[in-house]
Amino acid sequence: MINLKVNGISVSVPDGSTILQAAKAANVEIPTLCYLSGVNCAGSCRMCVVEATGARGLVAACVYPAAEGMEVQTNTAKCRRSRKMTLELLLSSHKKKCLSCERSRTCELQRLCLEYGADEDKFDAEKPNTPLDTSSPFMIRDNDKCINCRRCVAACKNLQAVEAIGAIGRGYAVHIGSAFERPVIESPCVGCGQCIVACPTGALIEKSDVDKVWKAISDPDKKVVFFTAPSVRATLGEEFDYPVGTNVEGKMVAAIRRLGNVEVYNMDVTADLTILEEANELIDRVVNKKKPLPMFTSCCPGWIKFVEHNYPDMLDNLSSCKSPQQMFGAVLKTYYCEKNGIDPKDLFVVSVIPCTAKKFEVTRSEFDYDVDVAITTRELAKMIRTAGINFSELPAEKYDDPFRIATGGGAIFGATGGVMEAALRTAAHILDGKCELVDFKEVRGTEPIKEATYNVAGVTVKVAVASGLANARRIMDAIKSGEKDYMFVEIMACPGGCVNGGGQPSLPDSVRNWTDLKTLRARALYNYDEASEYRKSHDSPVVKMLYDEYFGAPNSHKAHEVLHTSYVPREKY
Amino acid sequence: MEGNVPAFEGTAEQAAALRKVIEERKTQPGCLMRVLQEAQDIYGYLPKEVQIMIADGLGISLSEVYGVATFYTQFSLMPKGRHRISLCLGTACYVKGADKILEALEEKLGIKCGECTPDGLFSLDSCRCVGACGLAPVMMIDDDVHGKLTVEMLDGILDSYREGK
Repeated sequence: MINLKVNGISVSVPDGSTILQAAKAANVEIPTLCYLSGVNCAGSCRMCVVEATGARGLVAACVYPAAEGMEVQTNTAKCRRSRKMTLELLLSSHKKKCLSCERSRTCELQRLCLEYGADEDKFDAEKPNTPLDTSSPFMIRDNDKCINCRRCVAACKNLQAVEAIGAIGRGYAVHIGSAFERPVIESPCVGCGQCIVACPTGALIEKSDVDKVWKAISDPDKKVVFFTAPSVRATLGEEFDYPVGTNVEGKMVAAIRRLGNVEVYNMDVTADLTILEEANELIDRVVNKKKPLPMFTSCCPGWIKFVEHNYPDMLDNLSSCKSPQQMFGAVLKTYYCEKNGIDPKDLFVVSVIPCTAKKFEVTRSEFDYDVDVAITTRELAKMIRTAGINFSELPAEKYDDPFRIATGGGAIFGATGGVMEAALRTAAHILDGKCELVDFKEVRGTEPIKEATYNVAGVTVKVAVASGLANARRIMDAIKSGEKDYMFVEIMACPGGCVNGGGQPSLPDSVRNWTDLKTLRARALYNYDEASEYRKSHDSPVVKMLYDEYFGAPNSHKAHEVLHTSYVPREKY
Repeated sequence: MEGNVPAFEGTAEQAAALRKVIEERKTQPGCLMRVLQEAQDIYGYLPKEVQIMIADGLGISLSEVYGVATFYTQFSLMPKGRHRISLCLGTACYVKGADKILEALEEKLGIKCGECTPDGLFSLDSCRCVGACGLAPVMMIDDDVHGKLTVEMLDGILDSYREGK
């Protein structure tokens, strides 16, 4: 342990701690901007500068090691002056359209400027006037709001090993973008949105589809249906000041219902349906050996695009199941429309998802707009605010029938390991009808890579689970080299799974640096699972109804037509 | 990237030479700079195709290669002409009107600074001081120094290279 003083307060911190960590232990906040725990630690923005004995000049607290006997001062006139100057220099070339900026409430630069009384017109540098990159269906890059902190670059490289973006050029001309200045849609970007949630300003935002939804709601010829992804119930509350990890499903359903004349459905239903299709596909691969093992899950569109760019020779290893979002859209535009005599053209389907890659997914030519638009948790919160709905005062309401009831297995799809666990529950049942196994705790938790081996009805099932594409790459390379031979692998692109998706609420670094968001949010889903009436996807009465009335059996011809898809190889660069 | 890059015309010999450089250097930490320098020696510039070969060969991302290639002024993403014009924009030349010379050269050649004419004859770059401030404003074409420049002199100088001097 190291003993030191921060602003006169004595603290002991573990060896290897930084001044920033020591200050936190002393309950002293040091402002940060380029630092993001577990993502970026460059010490380059100079916001976290402090005075420390033994150090020459001001030092960056996020990287400077704490030392025995050190005395740190974080709030001297020198520190404040330096931070204010840093902010004013950043503002000198910043596009200050703060009133209409999507990040106006949540911008870290804005908050710090207020705290330090920075003058936005102190220096007047040349404004670059860079055109927006609106090339993709999932995000907008506005480099005139970029402060070159490189948190997005670090997220893309360190968390995701995608490296679709980097710093380009030098000096004043330096900017963030894809190699050869290509628009993001022409890069190997997978659309995961981890750069968006890492961005401290409004330089990166999702491409909003909110206007399309309002337009459909006010169109008397359209029937509008919403469905919400498993993890949104665990995160939407953060937009309305609930503690991280609060399940607000009831209020969320009530809020959506008050947006207009809409139906609200539970996407966990098609998570359950995915499990039935996927578990049967896995068993078919093991028994009939027509398609290769290991089989990879296919729920995550960021992961799908990653495989298409980086491992095009392994597309056959991906389960052919559509993602729950696309299954829901397909079920609505076939079964539901046929049953209720609705022309699919008049049905407007909105999915609420924690994800920006799903905005890309709805535009894939394979799907023909089964889902009309996908909006993120953040966009839903914005709609709720626009509609003047007092979220915290809402009653808890239930989803609409017929897509109301789902299982706990469907709900845990929102966390890393959840798809695997739900699939194992059902696979165990298919292989051995008497199997009562429900909890597969080895695949739970937010460790980067989890492995387990189960013996189900005499079959040895070797599985692996990874989240964060950097970890996915490790697994893929181990499989390709023959070092690992799994039967079934679950990958979610975002670290921790959908609960930590690129469409989730943007929490500032002051929260993210000290809170394990993915664990707290996932806990809400596992608690939900434990309290659910049905735990196993095959027990879902709605899934049974869908097979009885429409699909016949899992992997039937009809099921293949509506619920399965195919993939395309894409360029590596 | 600014300007239009002409189609890549690398030869098999150049590709083999680059592969050799990559093989020799790839285990050395921080080898990217050296590989880029040697690649530029082989090809004369660093087009996308060459940067992709380097990214693949070293097992790093194209973003990283491109980031380094655009950081250092020694690297060019554009091919160089048969005659390389290098106009000094250092302090002495600048106060003696080098900016006007640059403007005129860009107009006469129909290219921007950093580019190459479509016929491959001239490329135009700027530099900082060739050590001949007494001759300001000054430019070099290949190894020749042209000093005390005026806009009126430029046609004659360029023509002398066009005629195959």
